[in-house]
Amino acid sequence: MSLLQVKNLVVEFPSRHGTLRALDEISFDIAPGEILGVVGESGAGKSLTGASIIGLLEPPGRIASGQILLEGQRIDNLNNDQMRSIRGRKIGAIFQDPLTSLNPLYSVGKQLTETIQAHLPVSDQEALQRAIALLQDTGIPAAAERIDHYPHQFSGGMRQRVVIALALAAEPQLIVADEPTTALDVSIQAQIISLLKNVCKKRGAAVMLITHDMGVIAETCDRVAVMYAGRIAEIGPVHQVINHPEHPYTAGLMASIPDMDVDRERLNQIDGAMPRLNAIPKGCAFNPRCPQVFDRCLNERPDLAAVSRSGQNTPTQVACWLHHANTLEGVS
Amino acid sequence: MSVQDPQPNSKALVVAHDLAKTFDVSAPWLSRVIERKPRQLLKAVDGVSFEIERGKTLALVGESGCGKSTVARLLVGLYEPTRGGLTFDGQDAHAAFKSSDAKAMRKRIQMIFQDPYASLNPRWTVEAIVGEPLQEHGMTKDEQELKDRVAELLKSVGLSALDMVKYPHQFSGGQRQRISIARALATAPEFLVCDEPTSALDVSVQAQVLNIMKDLQRERGLTYLFISHNLAVVRHVSDKVGVMYLGQLVELADKHTLFDNPQHPYTRMLLDAIPKMKDTGRARTPVQGEVPNPLNPPPGCSFNPRCPLANDRCRIERPVLKNINGIKIACHAVEEGRH
Repeated sequence: MSLLQVKNLVVEFPSRHGTLRALDEISFDIAPGEILGVVGESGAGKSLTGASIIGLLEPPGRIASGQILLEGQRIDNLNNDQMRSIRGRKIGAIFQDPLTSLNPLYSVGKQLTETIQAHLPVSDQEALQRAIALLQDTGIPAAAERIDHYPHQFSGGMRQRVVIALALAAEPQLIVADEPTTALDVSIQAQIISLLKNVCKKRGAAVMLITHDMGVIAETCDRVAVMYAGRIAEIGPVHQVINHPEHPYTAGLMASIPDMDVDRERLNQIDGAMPRLNAIPKGCAFNPRCPQVFDRCLNERPDLAAVSRSGQNTPTQVACWLHHANTLEGVS
Repeated sequence: MSVQDPQPNSKALVVAHDLAKTFDVSAPWLSRVIERKPRQLLKAVDGVSFEIERGKTLALVGESGCGKSTVARLLVGLYEPTRGGLTFDGQDAHAAFKSSDAKAMRKRIQMIFQDPYASLNPRWTVEAIVGEPLQEHGMTKDEQELKDRVAELLKSVGLSALDMVKYPHQFSGGQRQRISIARALATAPEFLVCDEPTSALDVSVQAQVLNIMKDLQRERGLTYLFISHNLAVVRHVSDKVGVMYLGQLVELADKHTLFDNPQHPYTRMLLDAIPKMKDTGRARTPVQGEVPNPLNPPPGCSFNPRCPLANDRCRIERPVLKNINGIKIACHAVEEGRH
């Protein structure tokens, strides 16, 4: 059974000029221990998806319809107190900037033991032992001494390790990591990504990894969801999506990334920019930028549909009329 | 300090010679007296030499705090070097910046900044933003000519002449960066210093901006200094690449040589740290450690605490940039052939 199920999630922002639909019928699920990548450009709705799951949607944003289920239980309609007992205990969160996700006035040990004791019935001494073990697990040298240090005494990479330790403190089954390495340098990024992957594997925690970096996705995830203008354009096994992108947007995105192995005079570019929320075109949201657009794309909105390739037991799902034509109504 | 002189090269437009910039980060005078603390100096850039041929691109890569942006600011004259100098087209640039003829030099060297949200005045129209350098340098006679030139510049970066009356907030990030490029091109400069011009942009938009920059270089014979931390982008745009670590160049080589056969352990580490698209799920052993505090760099080679090849010599003696097998490299291990 899936650990997390998101069903037809719609997030709306009421505004003076009408209601803006930031997430439009998002559906996906995460299996226990799985790493799902969520990729897309700024404004695609990646972070909003994460925020909806951990119940930290900023007002006036609200879940207008749809459901979020954790282990089969709805969590999207819980009140703040109920959500608090789930956040941290069942779902951990890691954010982009480690400096703003730690309290500068408390030592990291205080922050860790507080989190542990808020969720688990353990003594002070045991909480401290657990906190030290967590810091060791996340690769902080001399953890027993550094536990009394304050966030400003750690470097950026070390701080992100503390944040990971904090997210893991109450042994959640799901970690929502929103751009955990974007603020870090490449050499540190590599350390943090492999740390995240290893500690989650060790504890059997599933991860929803939100990032705009396809390279990080390729290296870390089992499956990937590509988002565009508040919708999922394509979702499937990571090697499948990267090597055989089915959606023209995914294909364009992959081709626009400079390649370390191939010399090209010009990069392939997707002309234009992602539409603003108040100007999402009718039909497929990608149609103004799509090189393969045809009549149907302008009027009807495509839903996710499986594209089966031979030898694939988990097929890629794509929201594109090109593939609907091939799979459903195509040549018999 | 003995840094090798750049070989005299008639084709080089920009020659940086032993550039250094030290910032005084001491506590205030009174605190220093009371607490008996010495002055504290931060060597942001410590003896960097390179040259860039006309029409070519030199890229500088490195992690945060390695001095890339300080080099950029030294080259456009926003900082005055503590030591060393910059020769531009045979002239001493920093002397020129101070002379009465400074404008003529500034006109030839322009800069594109990283954040197009911060580098454009939100209360100015695009016409005012792009037209300002033209007016400042007295390059237009009247209002109509100014409008025509701005329109022409906007078209050259793929925007419409009608965008002139808009304000920066009406544009997306990629379009704003195009406005920055149009502004930098207004004075028809020969040398553009680009400090992380695409790192605030999404990949599909980054591709658009990089393509425009390459097209402009081809059309106008521009010379670029391109600063980035993204090695894939650097590989795409550059001819030569310099790798910086803690204020020094550790390797400087032709693009293909550097990417196909990296020599310095730090360069190899950087290349290895990039996530690869092709092998999904690849396990790798990330290099341990972090960049040391530049206020208190380790003795000897500044990379030695993280270097797998470090020996006693590396911990004592600081390597200088030398020509080894056609590339410039600062590493004892490579020099001694023990890599």
